[in-house]
Amino acid sequence: MAFKQVTSPHAHGAKSTANVMKLVVLATIPGLVALTWHFGWGSLINVVLACLTAVISEALVLKIRKRPLAFYLGDYSAVVTAVLLGLALPPLCPWWVVVIGTVFSVVIAKQLFGGLGYNPFNPAMVGYVVLLISFPVQMTTWITPLALLPEGISHPDFIESLRLVFSSLAPVDGVTGATPLDSFKHTSGVTVDQIYQKDSLFSQAMFAGVGWEWVNLGFLAGGIIMLSNRLFTWHGPVAMLATLALMSLIFWDSGSSQSPGSMMMHLFSGASMMGAFFILTDPVSSTVSNRGRLVYGALIGFLVYIIRAWGNYPDAIAFAVLLANFCAPFIDNYTLPRTYGHTDRRKATERSED
Amino acid sequence: MSNVSISEVTKNGLWTNNPALVQLLGLCPLLAVTGTVVNALGLGLATMMVLIGSNVIVSLIRRHVGDAVRLPVFVIIIATFVTCAELLMKAYTYELYQILGIFIPLIVTNCAILGRAEAFASKQPVGMAALDGIMMGLGFLFVLLMLGGLRELLGQGTLFADMHLLFGPMANSWTIAPFGENYSFLIAVLPPGAFLVMGFLMAIKNAIDWQIKLRADAVKPDPVKGAKRIRTTGNIS
Repeated sequence: MAFKQVTSPHAHGAKSTANVMKLVVLATIPGLVALTWHFGWGSLINVVLACLTAVISEALVLKIRKRPLAFYLGDYSAVVTAVLLGLALPPLCPWWVVVIGTVFSVVIAKQLFGGLGYNPFNPAMVGYVVLLISFPVQMTTWITPLALLPEGISHPDFIESLRLVFSSLAPVDGVTGATPLDSFKHTSGVTVDQIYQKDSLFSQAMFAGVGWEWVNLGFLAGGIIMLSNRLFTWHGPVAMLATLALMSLIFWDSGSSQSPGSMMMHLFSGASMMGAFFILTDPVSSTVSNRGRLVYGALIGFLVYIIRAWGNYPDAIAFAVLLANFCAPFIDNYTLPRTYGHTDRRKATERSED
Repeated sequence: MSNVSISEVTKNGLWTNNPALVQLLGLCPLLAVTGTVVNALGLGLATMMVLIGSNVIVSLIRRHVGDAVRLPVFVIIIATFVTCAELLMKAYTYELYQILGIFIPLIVTNCAILGRAEAFASKQPVGMAALDGIMMGLGFLFVLLMLGGLRELLGQGTLFADMHLLFGPMANSWTIAPFGENYSFLIAVLPPGAFLVMGFLMAIKNAIDWQIKLRADAVKPDPVKGAKRIRTTGNIS
């Protein structure tokens, strides 16, 4: 009787890449539900369209690169990139915006650098920034949240949404409007209190902006699910959110017309929570050690506030994450953990004395 | 290095040792101004003129300039030709000169030109140096045109727009807009687009070289493996 000989390791962790990626996709569901509830079917269509495009383009590139299809498609990394990009894009944007962004993410930002694990930048954010730079009009047209739609007007239903997306027509004026960060960027000479009274986006909100606070709470819930499953450590997200809160507290001048907005608004509008838990926790393009993640997260929070308050774009997660990705190897060099048995920490570039 | 053939110099300049695709020299103007075909053509012609002129003069004076001062002398010669090119463009294509702006004077610092003066022209007779200037200039111009054409087509959806800046009023109707009027894909016109298109051009060149090598290997007869044994007795069943 012959026994099958299997080489070690014999105990496998449950956390294969595919399982981790599947959990990330599942964790986006609360955020996706909130987006769909408040902004209509657009986000769902974006996500599905992006997933299809991502899988097809990944398969094509793998074919050209002569790599095994099933193995690399089965790790769901293309799907995660596509889902994150689809969630970040404005609902009801034309189909070709989604397709171009996804192809850019998967083919140029990931596969051309060597595939999963070799990409120096977060693929979804590369796609997002390319779109934001190339198609400013389509990328800054957001939908008005459900609660603020005028009497008698509602979001287009599913079929109508599909028609809008594929005919590349702009959604009707009644259903598009500014985001909370937009209104702070584009109103000058008005104090924060006046903005809050005048703009129903704020006056009807609980603490940060109608709809947006729920979307951010949804992503926060997803993040906590992933954190409790130990997909990542708390260091990155907490450092990012704490720095963002600290910056907005330091520069909060009790609401003058120059103010970039309150702490709650910065934490719970735009892509803050999605960025903190889904974007900067990308294990490939972020830093490695826990101390490194603290620095990396803090850097992103700092950059986000600076660009939001004094930059040209209303939101800044994508730019901040890409800039921090540049710094990640540098941060890693100075934050190597102390090796057991050694007294001091070392730098990665240090020569070992032998 | 003293005896090189004409075909070798030609092939080097246009393909094997292309200043833009292989040596990666002069990337700054290459990436900065190749947003449209007309910009690329203007800069490419100016660079080519400077390259030919400086190669010829450097080759002529190669026996009279000492080693210690050769680099300053080369730079002065190149700067002279760049000034000529600049004045010519100011005189005949003023609008294009304004668009290209600082990148015309910056041809002085184009490493491709100083590189050719130092590595080739200062060791070769005049004829070869001039030919090298023409071929290297053509190679550079070719890459500039490819980049300019691709970026213009991808970025604004036109080809040969504004060619009247270089060719006068007869070029007014040369513009082609294959994707209609409202097309724009800004990133191709912006600097990141230049790097991306350049990367793809280099990849295509390497792929072509790879294919040529594969073909050459396929034609070559397989080397005989092991010694052949000849059986001299009996029949093989």
